[in-house]
Amino acid sequence: MGKKLGYALGIIALLTVIAANYLIFIWVPAEKVMGIVQKIFYFHVAAAWVGFLAFFIVFFSSIRYLLSFNDKWDWLSAASAEIGFVFMTIVLLTGSIWGRAFWGHWWTWDPRLTTSLILWFIYAAYLLLRSGITQQERKARYSAVLGIIGFIDVPIVWFSVRWWRTVHPNLMVEGGKMAISTKMTITLSLSVIAFTLLYAFLLPRVVKLYQLDNRIQKTKDIIRNL
Amino acid sequence: MQLAKNIYAMLCKDFKAEFRRKEILSSMLFFSLLMVVIMNFTLNINKDILFENFSGLIWIVFLFTGVLGINRSFINERTNDCYLGINLAVGESSTILISKAASNLAFISIVQTIVIPIFFILFSIKWPLNAFAFLLVNFLGTIGFVFLGTFLSVLTINNNSEILLPIVLFPLLIPLILAVVQASNLILKGLSFQLWGHWLGLILVFDFLYIVVPILLFNFLVEV
Repeated sequence: MGKKLGYALGIIALLTVIAANYLIFIWVPAEKVMGIVQKIFYFHVAAAWVGFLAFFIVFFSSIRYLLSFNDKWDWLSAASAEIGFVFMTIVLLTGSIWGRAFWGHWWTWDPRLTTSLILWFIYAAYLLLRSGITQQERKARYSAVLGIIGFIDVPIVWFSVRWWRTVHPNLMVEGGKMAISTKMTITLSLSVIAFTLLYAFLLPRVVKLYQLDNRIQKTKDIIRNL
Repeated sequence: MQLAKNIYAMLCKDFKAEFRRKEILSSMLFFSLLMVVIMNFTLNINKDILFENFSGLIWIVFLFTGVLGINRSFINERTNDCYLGINLAVGESSTILISKAASNLAFISIVQTIVIPIFFILFSIKWPLNAFAFLLVNFLGTIGFVFLGTFLSVLTINNNSEILLPIVLFPLLIPLILAVVQASNLILKGLSFQLWGHWLGLILVFDFLYIVVPILLFNFLVEV
């Protein structure tokens, strides 16, 4: 990606984030029943969307890597996993804070919550696996395999937890009622767009980091073999 | 035909090695017995609660002992470059995965046939009416666990850290464990197939996916 385009994307992302924050904190009215706590929902949903999107990118570029063995795809999946891990952490934290305020407890084993938690664990395992392997090419292959295997697991987790907790009321549907107001829909859409732009801005940067790191490793190898 | 022959040969080799070394089977067996004993000491709960959680306890033991055994299976092939030898002898890499998983499954099943009755005796739980279904569900669960575990152990052994296997494996196993534990709990209570049939379906789907996908991907892990 060109340098100018990157800067432009960064500025657009920054402006959108500011606009989304304005909408969330000043423009949109707070939900009647839940009050001010409900506003965390805009961050929560947007982060969740990016977390799942990032994982899909990991899956996609892992497949592309195994088909082409081009390092570019490995960097992309690693970068996406790193950013996705951060966003999933945000999802779990904001969700817990909201749950504490609204349900009265930090955690329930609702399908959505549990699937997010498992996804977070899979991300963590992916990053741990990467950090342990020193040989570049092997690291890329192994983590690509794990990226594919991990992604397949997510729908199965979803179904299993849903069956496990059928008695549990689907709290998110109740929560969904609050999106009725158009102002809220607009705010939510903008914050989703803002988070996606942030992800799109960060991704090439982290990819670049991996690329530079790879170049350093290669240079080191050359020096060692002199 | 050649595939079956190769798998048979690999199985024979693994069993022969195990009976000479006496390492995997005995350590898994004693570890699981120890865990049963520790659970008896640490859990001071009444019988109803124990009955509700019984299959969960069994599976905690299976998971940790299973990981212990699965971790060894490929590590032992690293001495004297045995892995290279196997690759050259067998040729097809997925055969290695299948036969390794089969031998792991055999070892873990041997341990389970000893440990499950001991579990029932030590916790004084009544043997389920539908014992066949109970054992079948547990066996199908073990298949998925062992196959995925064997596959992932190839990823983790090269890190020289055996701790990584459970960290990578357990999150992926959660739907399987959930299904097996729920199904066997319902079977223990003597409930009908309608109530736990969907869990059996989930186990089968999981087994199918995590047998097919690793076989397809295993070629990418082999390096000669």
